[in-house]
Amino acid sequence: MAYEMNTWQPGASRQALLRRACLLNRLRGFFAERSVLEVDVPLLGKSSITDVNIDSIAVTIDTAKGYLQTSPEYFMKRLLADGSGDIYYLGKAFRDGEIGTRHNPEFTMLEWYRCNWDDHQLMTEVADLLNILITEEHCSPMAVTKMSYGQCFMDQMGFDPHGADIDQLRSAAVELGSSSWSDESRTNCLDLIFSLQIEPKLPSGIVIIHDYPECQCALSKISKNHKGQPISRRFEVFIDGLEVANGYLELTNIDEQVKRFEDDIQHRIQSGKSLRAIDQKFIDALHSGLPSCAGVAVGLDRVLMRALDITEIDQVLAFSWHRT
Amino acid sequence: MANYSTSEFRSGLKVMLDGDPCSILDNEFVKPGKGQAFNRVKLRNLKTARVLEKTFKSGESLEGADVMDKDMQYLYTDGDFWCFMEPDTYEQHQATEAAVGDALQWLSEQDICIVTLYNGSPLSVTPPNHVELEIVETDPGLRGDTAQGGSKPAKLVTGAVVKVPLFLDHGDVVKVDTRTGEYQGRVK
Repeated sequence: MAYEMNTWQPGASRQALLRRACLLNRLRGFFAERSVLEVDVPLLGKSSITDVNIDSIAVTIDTAKGYLQTSPEYFMKRLLADGSGDIYYLGKAFRDGEIGTRHNPEFTMLEWYRCNWDDHQLMTEVADLLNILITEEHCSPMAVTKMSYGQCFMDQMGFDPHGADIDQLRSAAVELGSSSWSDESRTNCLDLIFSLQIEPKLPSGIVIIHDYPECQCALSKISKNHKGQPISRRFEVFIDGLEVANGYLELTNIDEQVKRFEDDIQHRIQSGKSLRAIDQKFIDALHSGLPSCAGVAVGLDRVLMRALDITEIDQVLAFSWHRT
Repeated sequence: MANYSTSEFRSGLKVMLDGDPCSILDNEFVKPGKGQAFNRVKLRNLKTARVLEKTFKSGESLEGADVMDKDMQYLYTDGDFWCFMEPDTYEQHQATEAAVGDALQWLSEQDICIVTLYNGSPLSVTPPNHVELEIVETDPGLRGDTAQGGSKPAKLVTGAVVKVPLFLDHGDVVKVDTRTGEYQGRVK
């Protein structure tokens, strides 16, 4: 989508503005009731993330380089390491190049952490919150469906994504996408198949997919599923097929974390992307000890899209990038 | 030709895909959670007119296609080729039957058409949106029937068959929308 908007007027209707305000109020009420502390962490930092597929926006502060934060994760984990207890952040995040009907480079994110919880406890809380945010008064709550990533593939594609060899994944990706997928990585092929074949067929209501492939672990712990295959303790949440949240049982092992960052940097070099150094203060915080915790990030603009049954993100934002 | 990256794909852009010129109809940006971004692109193959859906990794590029739309006047056919002329330069182009395609049934000499050139040769022909053509064959007109009274098939001088009101007769001239093939009115 690459159109210019020549109007001075907002994209969001009056109804959408009201609904957003109501949603933010309900959200703060939800966490106040559960004694989760709101924290306001920097949007502008000296470091960024190494993730291959998330590009931060670099800015210049005086003469130094800074970055608009792609998520509050590292600052929040530094607070957790310092003994903050359960915390949430409600504010903006920025990601370069993400523009489309479901993406705006600046968006509203909710992120929270629960100490001594596992991913499944947090999944329950995410579903509770989403139902409170979206469900109108006097309406019954949305159905909540939980299934593993492996089961989704078995049901829709007829094969096990954790056990499938790379050739099988590539040939499925070429058939779905185009010839350019013939030498793609395991994770990219899985993402393509998931987005084109599985996501559109997810049940309606709230759907939580858990136990992601090991190669898509990001910042989550790895453990074994009932078949003994390594899987990542990561989950994603969809509302009527739209991805709205991503959560982890957080990785606390420092050696493993540093190794993943170094792998990320190698991938960035190989794919010709701008270099992003490891955030040393985040590493120092992990050294001092991150408590065992589960965390999740929610894209609130998308939740609002589902609450209002709107398909263009432009219509839930006062002014999307195209209108600024 | 220049190369275009996925972020430059927009409706109407002409690109080469698997050796054929295509026109982009739609481009949707997709990015799974932590995954690589990609673009779901709908394209029309300009040779076959078929619509395809392809998914490219964001940042991938396709070569632009040397495709150009030009207004040209239809001159004549010798049965093998259909001859069109650029009105400003008088340059003439020979289109094959495959290139003329469905436009054939609407073409009268001197009509101004859009001829799509690919590497300088006609690839397809779009007839004028509205044409006025004489009926050469239809059931006899029924007196007393009004415009709302129903319809019957009528063959036009160029070969097209359209549905016309019952009161029209052989020799009448009708206006037709070539995009839908629908009768628009009688030309007096």
